[in-house]
Amino acid sequence: MSNFPGNLKYTNDHEWLEAKGSAWRVGITQFAVDALGDITIVSLPNVGDLVTKGQRFGTIESVKSVSDLYAPVSGKVTAINGDLDGKPELVNSEPYAGGWMIELEPTEASELDELMSPDDYGKHVAAQ
Amino acid sequence: MDRRKTPLWDAHKQLGARLIDFGGWDMPVSYPAGTIKEHKAVREAVGLFDVSHMGECYLRGPRVREAVEKLTTNAVAAAPIGKAVYTLLCTPSGGVVDDCIFYKRSDEEFFVIVNASNTAKDLAWFREHTHSLCDVVDVSDDTALIAVQGPKALAMVDALANGALAGMTSFTFRDAVVAGVSCVAARTGYTGEDGFELACANQDAPALWAALLEAATPLGGLAVGLGARDSLRLEAKLPLYGNDLDDDHTPLEAGLGWAVKLDNREFLGSDVLRRQKAEGVKRQLVGFRIDDGARAIARQGYGVKAAPGPGKEIGVVTSGGPGIVVGGAIGLAYVPSTHASAGSTLTIDCRGKDVTATVVSGKFYKRS
Repeated sequence: MSNFPGNLKYTNDHEWLEAKGSAWRVGITQFAVDALGDITIVSLPNVGDLVTKGQRFGTIESVKSVSDLYAPVSGKVTAINGDLDGKPELVNSEPYAGGWMIELEPTEASELDELMSPDDYGKHVAAQ
Repeated sequence: MDRRKTPLWDAHKQLGARLIDFGGWDMPVSYPAGTIKEHKAVREAVGLFDVSHMGECYLRGPRVREAVEKLTTNAVAAAPIGKAVYTLLCTPSGGVVDDCIFYKRSDEEFFVIVNASNTAKDLAWFREHTHSLCDVVDVSDDTALIAVQGPKALAMVDALANGALAGMTSFTFRDAVVAGVSCVAARTGYTGEDGFELACANQDAPALWAALLEAATPLGGLAVGLGARDSLRLEAKLPLYGNDLDDDHTPLEAGLGWAVKLDNREFLGSDVLRRQKAEGVKRQLVGFRIDDGARAIARQGYGVKAAPGPGKEIGVVTSGGPGIVVGGAIGLAYVPSTHASAGSTLTIDCRGKDVTATVVSGKFYKRS
């Protein structure tokens, strides 16, 4: 079954966030990975780009389909996971670790309050 | 409505398959190994596919050859007994009703395997256009179908048949007992690899599947889902009905002229196809490879333009995906014949981004 680490925050779009100092690391959940299947290309923004909550910041191509990545909160991109360029399969094998995608410095702190707890996200997934 | 289940549904569940709705059937899209590993297992060893959702029927009767002659673009009726023949079924205007394989069992009996999504349509088509020349017997609900594909498939299945399949050539079939199960064993497939497709009675399918999986596992074989079935057939440039074939395009436009035998024959669509062959096709299905560095995959429905920028669409992508063994991103598209020669540059609108691709001739993957 899907697992949702307790130290993370979640979104309706099956993304997770992990506090990294003043920035937040963003990836996609095991549930999303299971639905996508094998991932072949991850396209990410550049460091320094500004992203807006709910807007597309990247795309994931799996063998079968293409999906957008939506910014969980507004902010500035402070890091991207360059390993995914050559090893997109990290998202499949380690969605909560080596498969992370970007780090964001939030510009609207209040948006963080809208993120889901692991329990709430678990209920969200169960209802899918 | 509940999805239909093949007789191997429990086996898929046990293997941990991810099941999806495929034309009303609850089918495995992948197993825990994942599509890429499953794809590679077929290229390097052997893969097992449950394709029991496909439709099967018999056409029977003293005048069945007259009926079959009228239905098929390929020379099916005149084929030798024991031959499996890939053919198109066409409308009078030359569009494709379906692509399928006819197995000539005798001068009075053909076994036919058709696409799952077209089973009802094809059966109705057969009944309508064979008139009273033959009986049409639908056995889809009683028949399971397992494909065994890959470089290790022939020896593996032949061993399970105690050598009864030795000496079979490509596109022939035989009644045989495989792992104790009575089957029609055909040396056919949809992956670009050698192998067999085994049709058996529903109730025997779980035992056959279990024996095949037991034999395949030590060889590096895997159960393979529909995800890899699609990526494998794309690399081998085998068209998929509903993507690359439909009643809007003719077999000649789809590059299937080799399966259209027009000499001294009259069949549904033959007049249109004869004229089109003489005049040349104005559009055709081509294979393309996305140019390096684009980091994009062109998918079904994406528009094709002659050049980047705001120009009108000249064609459409019908299939696309990663080339799992051949690398890069590959696909099929209908384009005007003026843009169809190998080396032609196409521009594909990948969700608002212009991506260039190059037309390639032949299969993306050809087994050595």
